[in-house]
Amino acid sequence: MHSAQAIATGQRFWRLPVDASAHGPALDTHLLLNLWIALALLALAHLILLAGLAFRRRASRPVHTLLLEYLPLAALTLLFAFLAARAQQLWAAQRYTGASLTAMQVEVTGMQFAWYFRYPGADAAFGETKPTLVAPGEGNPLGLDPADRHGADDLVTSQLVLPAGREVDLALHAQDVIHGFSVPEMRLKQNAVPGQTAHIHFTPTQPGSYAILCTQLCGLGHYRMQATMLVLPPAAFDTWLQAHEAAAGKRGQP
Amino acid sequence: MSPILTPPEIDRRHRAHESDNGSGRRPPTDKLTGGNGEGGDNWNDRPQGRRGPRERLSQVRMGLFFGLFAVLMFFIAIVSAFFVTRASGHFDAYSHYVNEWLPTTIPSILWLNTAVLLLSSASAEMARRSMFREVDVMDEWIGLSRRTSQRAAAWLSVTLGLGGLFLVGQWIAWDQLAAQHVFFRSNPSSHFFFLITIAHAIHLFIGVSALIAALIGLRRSHKLASRQILVDATVWYWHAMGLLWIFLFVLLEYGQ
Amino acid sequence: MTAQHSRWTHHRTVGFGYVAISLAAACVGTVLSLLMRLHLTWPAWSLPLHGLILPEEYLALVTMHGTLMLFFVLTVAPQSGFGNLILPAQIGARRMAFPRLNAASMGLTGLALLVLLAAFFVPGGSPISGWTAYPPLSATALAGPGQGEGMDVWLAAIALFSLASTLGAINTLTTIVKLRGEGMSWQRLPLTVWGWFTAALLSVLVFSVLLAALAMLFCDRHLQSGFFLPTGDLVNGVLLQHHGDGSPLLWLHLFWFFGHPEVYIAILPGMGLTSMVLANFAHRRVFAYRLMIATTLLIGFLGILVWGHHMFVAGLNPFAGSAFALSSMAIALPSSAKVLSWLATIWRSRPRLTTPMLFALGFVSLFITGGLTGPILAQPILDEYLHNTFFVVAHFHLIMAMAGIFGLFCATYYWFPLLFGRLLSEPLGKLHFAGTLIGAYGTFLPMHLTGLAGEPRQYAQLTGGGSGPAGQLLQTTLPLQHGITYAAFFLACAQLPFLLNLVLTLRSHLLATPNPWSATTMEWASQDFDEASTEDKPTGLVTYRGPCHYSEDGVSFLPQWESGATSTLPPE
Repeated sequence: MHSAQAIATGQRFWRLPVDASAHGPALDTHLLLNLWIALALLALAHLILLAGLAFRRRASRPVHTLLLEYLPLAALTLLFAFLAARAQQLWAAQRYTGASLTAMQVEVTGMQFAWYFRYPGADAAFGETKPTLVAPGEGNPLGLDPADRHGADDLVTSQLVLPAGREVDLALHAQDVIHGFSVPEMRLKQNAVPGQTAHIHFTPTQPGSYAILCTQLCGLGHYRMQATMLVLPPAAFDTWLQAHEAAAGKRGQP
Repeated sequence: MSPILTPPEIDRRHRAHESDNGSGRRPPTDKLTGGNGEGGDNWNDRPQGRRGPRERLSQVRMGLFFGLFAVLMFFIAIVSAFFVTRASGHFDAYSHYVNEWLPTTIPSILWLNTAVLLLSSASAEMARRSMFREVDVMDEWIGLSRRTSQRAAAWLSVTLGLGGLFLVGQWIAWDQLAAQHVFFRSNPSSHFFFLITIAHAIHLFIGVSALIAALIGLRRSHKLASRQILVDATVWYWHAMGLLWIFLFVLLEYGQ
Repeated sequence: MTAQHSRWTHHRTVGFGYVAISLAAACVGTVLSLLMRLHLTWPAWSLPLHGLILPEEYLALVTMHGTLMLFFVLTVAPQSGFGNLILPAQIGARRMAFPRLNAASMGLTGLALLVLLAAFFVPGGSPISGWTAYPPLSATALAGPGQGEGMDVWLAAIALFSLASTLGAINTLTTIVKLRGEGMSWQRLPLTVWGWFTAALLSVLVFSVLLAALAMLFCDRHLQSGFFLPTGDLVNGVLLQHHGDGSPLLWLHLFWFFGHPEVYIAILPGMGLTSMVLANFAHRRVFAYRLMIATTLLIGFLGILVWGHHMFVAGLNPFAGSAFALSSMAIALPSSAKVLSWLATIWRSRPRLTTPMLFALGFVSLFITGGLTGPILAQPILDEYLHNTFFVVAHFHLIMAMAGIFGLFCATYYWFPLLFGRLLSEPLGKLHFAGTLIGAYGTFLPMHLTGLAGEPRQYAQLTGGGSGPAGQLLQTTLPLQHGITYAAFFLACAQLPFLLNLVLTLRSHLLATPNPWSATTMEWASQDFDEASTEDKPTGLVTYRGPCHYSEDGVSFLPQWESGATSTLPPE
């Protein structure tokens, strides 16, 4: 009934969201492979279960432990080992090494209940932040230290704007409690833990606007701790960055 | 025959005299539990519930063993957190790596406390052994004396005194640290020093309560087997706390 | 030794006490989950006598539902409840090893439940940080409503519960090791006993670790320490004034070292019971019996090595993630071995499809369905997409919650004649089974889809984020949400035939025959020696063989307590 409604309104909950990152297609392929295998095993097991019940003539008990227990187990071992090895390759490719040196640096800070994004500006260095200087009301939600010259040209936004086709290195921070930085359409998830920095790197491929969600329970506003990731074509991104950095530079000058 | 002997339980179904309160002052009337090398003498061949006087003792010991295992896991959790915290730091606003761990100076009285606890373990063991001394057990069972319980009570009192002394010594150590302005909250290292010593002290306090319970039990309980179980379990617990303390003390003294 | 024990310390009394505690917790927990579903589907719906459900109240519902169900239902009922009711008789013993300790831990569990429920009534309400209570959210009252007194009450309740569970597990272990009756060797123990044994071992191992973590969290909250708090933590505009430089990840490690074995504590007794019930009604031995014992122990052992798979994206070193992925995948193998044995046991056996058998078959089905998503979530790269989505919710509800509940229903229908001398009505039981199975799948299967669509857990509202891409993403799941809520209410209503069945059966005078299921395990012999008696004397029973000795044609059987003569099964 409801699926019919959904088809009528064009919503497609049975499909994965759009895949807009470079590592995403491989992940999707592996996920779908896993789901199909699970579905096949599910059907097979239930078929055996129901068939075993349906026979009306009792068979003498199966005796070959080797055949019925160890052979399927060996097959399952191979299957799971194969899946684990493939997953391991993907995981290693994404996580074992850091971003390339040419990757764009963006710092992400989670706090109850908002995400802030900081670009290092022309000097390619982030200014210092101090928790004592945090003042969201005065436009300094991250506690940028005005005494640090690196911070003068830092650009702080509430929307993550990225160029398509360039690797991004995100440095995740949390100001208060643990937050979960998740972009389903980028197949990306990493917790931001207070007191430590987590790096995660990826390459957005398709321009568009995507959902950023908090996926670690962080308090009463957890459900509305959302932001937007805007992926622009490289040229449009450069224009956007220059315009905003100019504005930030003006603000930064005494 | 084993040097440690426990008298057989008297089967009350055959209790001939209502005046027999089970204190062991009368000889056993149940032939089944006799020794003498007769047929069926091996208690291990008997059905459960009739495997002789040490059955209940071994059950209590087993239960205590599992309990001590849980206590050990409690301290393993804290000690692993100790190592993790000792090794971790953070980058400050100026990108300097900071490790706030400042080793807590261990008051030298802890050495004395450790010695006291070791002594108390020795006296506890004397109490435990005296509960199982063959000759005295036979005497007490026949009703000639209550020497096992009297000796054990004396040794347990010594243990109780030494245990109390240890707790007072720990209190002095905390006091000395407080005089140097080292409190629980001061530093990651002091968190752990106080957490570990206080958690151990709480466990030892349970041991002290068990000692008191055992002393009362020695006076009140009519069954020799019950008294043996009480003393035995208390003393094993006490030994375990002593052993645990040595491990924790070495950790705090040399592991910080 | 013959001695009278008090009726209050009799294991049956204690067992019924535990069951009553979990029944109360299950009723409250179910109502909380229905409120959650109502709010998620119709955010504007207001609860009579209360009003709108606020976001913090939704999270309080989440926290209390999880805590009640996992601790007080899935841990208490199978392990402590049925463990006490059945375990002594099943090993040929008269009593549990330490009756007074047993009664004390039951009292402590009841007290823990009362303390936990008190959290609803303290200022600020119950805590909102979920049953996992990650700091710093759980470490300071500044982090939100309910994180003050409510969180303290929660900590106290769980500390009491840990203590009670440890004491109960000590009792169970000692009973199994020391009190087995004559002839009851380790290999002759029914698989249920192996389940209880392994779960009790795990309890002794992990509950004290949880207790240590709770103590440290308490210090962070009230004594200005920083075990789990980093320096410079700014919560709600206030810089936390604590000393030390800890890490929230330390809590995650300690908590999940407890938390993962905890879910095996919940399910292992059910797995053992399923094996025995399937064999009972299929009139066969359990297929590969010794392998089943080995896999039970192996699942318990591997269960303590896999906690890191809850932390793949939590800031764990990626190399550690790989290691935990391997150990987690490894658990799929003993679990598969169990499923294969269940399938082989019933294969072409022409079993009697009684209600307990149906629930055992339902357990197998749910275990397969919920279990197959396990290896998917054990792969870090896939967990990166699925972590904390409804896919995970679907996974653990099917394999732990629903399979666990099916195990409990199976136990209830199976042992009801033993405990009350009456058989529960079969037609009502089958109605109950069909409704529960349809409700369980109807509720939790669609959650896989909403999870794959990206719906995160613990969101008080799916429509609260505005019309940005995030709002659009969440809204794709809305049509399914309605269906899930209807199915959840159907599932709850499907329990009414069960309650009716209980009432009708307890009021009827139709007594069951002794051993109505033609069972072979020792508890069914206990009707000969009056299990309910508090007199502590030997049972006089001897175990002559392992369980489930049925003849090849399934016509006659040889119970564990019979010395030689086979009994013939009654005609169907």
